Amino acid sequence: MSSIEELLAGRDVCICAGSGGVGKTTTSAAIALGMAARGKKVCVLTIDPAKRLADSLGLEELGNEATRVDPALLEANGVTGEGELWAMMLDAKQTFDSLIARHAEDEAARERVLDNRIYQQISSALAGSQEYMAMEKLFELHSEGRFDLLVLDTPPSRNALDFLDAPERLTQFIEGRSLQLFLKPTGLAAKVAGRGAGVVLSILRRIVGFDLLTDLSEFFTAFSGMIDGFQERARRVNTLLRNPDTTFVIVCGPQAEPIDEAVFFHDKLVESGMGFGGAVVNRVRYRLLADDVDEAGVVRDVDSAIGNPDLAERIGKTLSEYQHLAERDEQNISKLSTKLGGDPVIRIPYLDTDVHDLAGLSEINRFLFADEATRIELAT
Amino acid sequence: MPSFLDKRLIFVTGKGGVGKSTVATALGIRASLEGKRTIVCEVAASENTSRLFRQEEVGYREVELTNDLWAISIDPDDSMREYVLLQLKVKAMRDLLFKSRMFTYLAEATPGLNELVTIGKIWELTQLDRKVRHGRKYDLVIVDAPATGHGIAFLKTPRIFANIARVGPMYSQAVELDEMITDQEQTGAIVVSLPEEMPVNETATLEKELRDSVGVSVDRVIMNAVYPERFGKGDLPAIEGLTDSDEPELHAAGRAALSELRRTEAQQEQIERLEALISTPMTTLPFVFEPEITLAAARMLGEAID
Repeated sequence: MSSIEELLAGRDVCICAGSGGVGKTTTSAAIALGMAARGKKVCVLTIDPAKRLADSLGLEELGNEATRVDPALLEANGVTGEGELWAMMLDAKQTFDSLIARHAEDEAARERVLDNRIYQQISSALAGSQEYMAMEKLFELHSEGRFDLLVLDTPPSRNALDFLDAPERLTQFIEGRSLQLFLKPTGLAAKVAGRGAGVVLSILRRIVGFDLLTDLSEFFTAFSGMIDGFQERARRVNTLLRNPDTTFVIVCGPQAEPIDEAVFFHDKLVESGMGFGGAVVNRVRYRLLADDVDEAGVVRDVDSAIGNPDLAERIGKTLSEYQHLAERDEQNISKLSTKLGGDPVIRIPYLDTDVHDLAGLSEINRFLFADEATRIELAT
Repeated sequence: MPSFLDKRLIFVTGKGGVGKSTVATALGIRASLEGKRTIVCEVAASENTSRLFRQEEVGYREVELTNDLWAISIDPDDSMREYVLLQLKVKAMRDLLFKSRMFTYLAEATPGLNELVTIGKIWELTQLDRKVRHGRKYDLVIVDAPATGHGIAFLKTPRIFANIARVGPMYSQAVELDEMITDQEQTGAIVVSLPEEMPVNETATLEKELRDSVGVSVDRVIMNAVYPERFGKGDLPAIEGLTDSDEPELHAAGRAALSELRRTEAQQEQIERLEALISTPMTTLPFVFEPEITLAAARMLGEAID
């Protein structure tokens, strides 16, 4: 099976997707570092990375703009040459605000939206707004054309697919202007709303209260001038996601659940016409022995090697448990490989320590950028 | 039995992938064994609880998994319908509303409405005088809540909503829901973590935010999947000796032992680090060396919490 480098050949956008807690942020950073080490100008867009990882990349004072990781820092970790590593931490609220600024007809319209209390809630709290803003920022950077490769670490959604629908969901949301029409059912609007609108409205008022409806109405009015701009933008973001030079990498863990989710996600990507590159499975226990473990035999052999029956007992049990989990991982990954057809599955071993600095990322890259035979040799 | 199981409502939250659903189920089993009629609610549609029990999908209905342990998967659309049903007694009005595009728009467009009606359903489940017809009374409601960021936003929804609505029926209901979440006597939060760098950082922040910003009582931090301390520093030379062996079996044995020794060391460091960062009592749960968490394992985990 191929390395991540082959998988990314000719691509300029790599979107790392997967459920929470599978090592998406770390994998994204490792891919970006590895490609920079191979001479590319790379930017990784991440959301709330672990503090120590951020520190090690020199990201602590980062705002919503791409910042270059100090070449001296990379050099200290053996990364030299033409390549550049840039990184940014996404601020969803700030991105949303500047999007409003871009689409507003004038200063007054901008202020009306930014001051609206409903906007203030949705810009940070609306489900999907963070996902959409990640897409938005990706689109912005891609349009600028400053980088050879953009690596996006998708937000930790409840559902790994949330961000795919995000542009559409946002458009749908602002199209709620129809609601605003209904709220003032006069003239043409009343005709569109049809018979019974007045009754429905009074029922709604009874349930949710008049004030809330008024606030919503104000919000949609404030937004109304921007709808066309937003729709056009969402359409272009969608095009970028389906661009042949954009590839999705699914990141997952070796347990049954994340594997199932990865399969589901893969099918969904293919169905939606997105380019799928491959899967990275983190924290895999490689099989240490080709055959099944005979625990009693291991204990006996280890004891004769070290002359410590008590320790031999503990070691035998440990190997037996390890192999047990390795077999589980193997079965789950083989299921994943089958479902993915010929697409690559890259296994990153369960390392002895957590990864939270450049040295750790380089360690991961020994596997990410190797072929399968080398990976097995390194991991066992 | 841990005293927080005497409360009426427990939210289980934590970073993604730390085992929230397992812990929620384990607590549910434990409470039911202690004689409490318990229901475990899922709010994200991951269906882990039912998966564990190898039953048919648990949907938007209360299903008994084992004696006195129930489960429900709360879907916002169903909650919304149920809410409207409870508000509007006249069938013709309900039908008119459900058919209206305006209603669909409102439901989709109003920020936080999905979360609000979901919490509304949780509130309904905690009531001794259930609003839905023939509703069972539960001693304890356990919520398998969304992960960190979404979890905070989720629990704050009623307050945010109350601020937006200001007056009206939804306002007073949102205030009531917020009072339920912040009721220190009856409601608690459990934060699940793993002995690793990122989960520990996130847990420390989450614990503080839940207490200070959401205002919920944080009753326990549960450190999940902790390895047994099987080896000591003194064992290192012998283990390293084995990894150098040309004999595949001895080499493999050495590798497995070395990996566990290093992981255990790293885990202990993280456990100490988290203990220093938080003020909530911590319970550790053992790593389960099984391909999948079984019912027996979940029961064992539940009994390990005191």
